[in-house]
Amino acid sequence: MATAKLSLNSKEVEFTPGETILQVAWRNGVKIPTLCYLKDCTPTGACRICLVEVTGARTLVASCATPASNGMEVFTDTEKVHRARRLAVELMLGSGEHNCLLCEANGECKLQELAYEYGVSAGRFEGASQHYPTEDQNPLIIRDFSKCILCGRCVQACNEVQVNRAIGFGYRGAEAKIITAGDRPYDESDCVFCGQCVQVCPTGALTEKKAKGLGRPWETKKVRTTCPYCGVGCQLWLHVKGGKVIKVTGVEGAQPNRGRLCVKGRFGYDFIHSPERLTSPLIKQADGSFKEASWDEALDLVAERFTEIKQKHGPDAIAGVSCARSTNEDSYQMQKLFRAVIGTNNIDHCART
Amino acid sequence: MTNSFADFDKAKMFFVIGSNMTEAHPVAASFVKNAVNAGAQLVLVDPRRTALADFAKIHLPLKVGSDIALLNGLMHVLIKEDLYAKEYVQNCTVGFEELRAAVEKYPPERAEEISGVPVEQIVEVARLLAANRPAMLIYTLGITEHTCGVNNVLSCANLQMLLGNVGFECGGVNPLRGQNNVQGACDMGALPNVYPGYQKVNEPAAKAKFEKAWGVDLDDKIGLMIPAMMDGLPTGQVKAFYIFGENLANTEPDISHVEHCLESAEFVVANDIFPTETTRFADVIFPAAAWSEDDGTFTNSERRVNRVRKAVNPPGQAKPNWWVFKQIAKRMGQDWASNSGQEIWDNEISVLAPQMAGIKFERIEHDGLQWPVPDLNHLGTPFLHKEGCFTCGLGNFKAVEWTPPAEVADEDFPLVLSTGRRLYHYHTRTQTGRSGGLNDLLGQETADISVADAQRLGISQGQKVAVSSRRGRVEVAARVTPEVPPGMVWMAFHFREGCANWLTNPVYDPVSQTAEYKACAVKIEPL
Ligand code: SF4
Ligand code: SF4
Ligand code: SF4
Ligand code: FES
Repeated sequence: MATAKLSLNSKEVEFTPGETILQVAWRNGVKIPTLCYLKDCTPTGACRICLVEVTGARTLVASCATPASNGMEVFTDTEKVHRARRLAVELMLGSGEHNCLLCEANGECKLQELAYEYGVSAGRFEGASQHYPTEDQNPLIIRDFSKCILCGRCVQACNEVQVNRAIGFGYRGAEAKIITAGDRPYDESDCVFCGQCVQVCPTGALTEKKAKGLGRPWETKKVRTTCPYCGVGCQLWLHVKGGKVIKVTGVEGAQPNRGRLCVKGRFGYDFIHSPERLTSPLIKQADGSFKEASWDEALDLVAERFTEIKQKHGPDAIAGVSCARSTNEDSYQMQKLFRAVIGTNNIDHCART
Repeated sequence: MTNSFADFDKAKMFFVIGSNMTEAHPVAASFVKNAVNAGAQLVLVDPRRTALADFAKIHLPLKVGSDIALLNGLMHVLIKEDLYAKEYVQNCTVGFEELRAAVEKYPPERAEEISGVPVEQIVEVARLLAANRPAMLIYTLGITEHTCGVNNVLSCANLQMLLGNVGFECGGVNPLRGQNNVQGACDMGALPNVYPGYQKVNEPAAKAKFEKAWGVDLDDKIGLMIPAMMDGLPTGQVKAFYIFGENLANTEPDISHVEHCLESAEFVVANDIFPTETTRFADVIFPAAAWSEDDGTFTNSERRVNRVRKAVNPPGQAKPNWWVFKQIAKRMGQDWASNSGQEIWDNEISVLAPQMAGIKFERIEHDGLQWPVPDLNHLGTPFLHKEGCFTCGLGNFKAVEWTPPAEVADEDFPLVLSTGRRLYHYHTRTQTGRSGGLNDLLGQETADISVADAQRLGISQGQKVAVSSRRGRVEVAARVTPEVPPGMVWMAFHFREGCANWLTNPVYDPVSQTAEYKACAVKIEPL
């Protein structure tokens, strides 16, 4: 097959038929901003931010939704393109209540970024006065419709990525809204709280309730780790501030989950900060109650009792169960303790549940 | 898993058996759903009409514990109709004649009689599988948590080998591991018969290797598995019991019996992050560092060794578990050199377990590697038994016969109880129950029953009912749902109140010692 070529900002580049203009540009290091484009999903062309100029086309085209074609001449950085993008941002800002100071997404909002980049002047468009009220009847997700730009990424994440089919576009024209079946609150719908819609939302329209007010993106450190629940082993970012994990998101592009998480991985993190954590070694008293002890006391006691039982009844009178939740290194150490120190193979774990 | 999660959304055919993926492994399920949306076909085998049924071409609602009869029936058809992978069977496997003889006895009519799946559907599915190769077979605890669990697994492997589906991308036999690091705990030798890397304790060469590495004499006698440890407590065979992180008093079948065993122990030690129903029985409790408070690795179902990182400090005096074990070893006369997760992995595990030889922390900074990784340049193994070349030479058919669950419904206990996990919680909720919001989404246990049984027994939605078995009785709300077939009660073990394990039967697979969580007889009464 002859290689297909197009001209990108007057430079000839090759592409594989089927690629969109956006994909060709990104692959060649040419920046085109996007809002509604979601990797691996059907392009919708909803936001008009990725507009580019194609010689011979009547209007600017959405690069995310336009396939590259042989001999095409594409310009991504012209005055016309800039003007159109600025207008698109202004329209989106104008359609909602974008009070960045108070918004939870401040600092990681794509719309805010673009407004800054394209020099949008404040107050050019009055914020629309009427909005659907915020819906946050559930414990995890806040839906602020006044900040929704109807880009549809949440709909794609829910339907095409997670395939939970809980949300879609509802109503028409100026009334348009992202809704569940019957426009019910999330917790009365098919939503299973995977939170993927929140992860992909480019604005402050969808945010996490538990993380609200706990930290701005520039104040948090991101630490990559592995989910502590099921055996899929999803890769996630811990967002850490002041010695606390305040939020969790999926690591985009990582194996095996490619950015996806479920409700447990995304929202089941704060148990580590529970006031019920054990914080001191405990030794049971004669009356059955537990008393705090020092590490030395507790460790000495265990070593003593193990030694005594081993001497009296043999090493096989001691048995241990390791933890299928904890790390490999912990399990390795425990079996080593049993085999090399105590002298028995009586070591097992809940391999079967 | 012989294969990888990356295969899922590329696969053309799935055979999912005993796996409620959308609740227990939601992200894995999302890839299956992606594949179905792209045109893949899905056969779902499950007594319940789980959420994945909406995506299935065919859902086979078999009776609890009839898997082998159904699988043998499918294989019967494949052989009868000459649809199996003859060349593969000839070149890559042994034991076909025994298999043929065994499945000969399971014509679809008999398979239907045992499993309740109609003959036509058995034939249809067999043909579908033959026409769409390879298929990925995915299973979870619905296969293993039976007294015939090991035979169920063998039967799954038989089917896949007969179809010639093992050793290829988008094929294979793929158990989804229930817990984040069950795979790893096995790999690390937290098992009574093997050292790290599945090297057998009763093999002289392996024993000698570890004696040299650890500088001690080792015992070559295979140790006890959990059920035998438990039973050894009241008899005095086991005097001291060290429980690391497991909430045995809720997770093991027949709670009353488990608690009796724990009570009779002479000395119990526990490492945990919370006080649990189990730590009540401890004489000494060590406060442990939790996930996010220590560095190390987990190994997922696809054998991928992933980094786990420390992001915050443990509270109070809590310490990493490996440190606790090291301190006890020291007080019993051994000074271990490794002093961090990385040192334990890099200097011991990856040196001693051949599958891990090529895995060092610096190589898994980003995505993890899938073992076996025999050397430092190896890129990992996305699928095992490449092109039907099995690790042990040839793929071994092991003909198996169907056996019923140990306890079946009768006059006194006319319903079958099956158990598992629900989406919003995990095990005994020590973690999810303390994570904001999840209790609000699911706050109590329910007994899930069919519409037909609810009508027959006069039970309405949400009504309190008593569920009892020969071992115990719980009171919970009824959840009347079309997911559950008539004759079945389905419950989870997330809540101490109404925990299914007051009812479950402590009988085990003779080889794996896995308990029959999926089947026991109960009765249900409205309150
Ligand atoms: S909620 Fe967010 S992701 Fe969904 S359409 Fe609105 S802005 Fe886009
Ligand atoms: S949380 Fe998940 S299921 Fe619910 S609407 Fe968002 S993407 Fe869909
Ligand atoms: S995020 Fe969900 S699917 Fe992924 S590992 Fe955690 S529990 Fe499993
Ligand atoms: S990113 Fe192309 S139209 Fe939105």
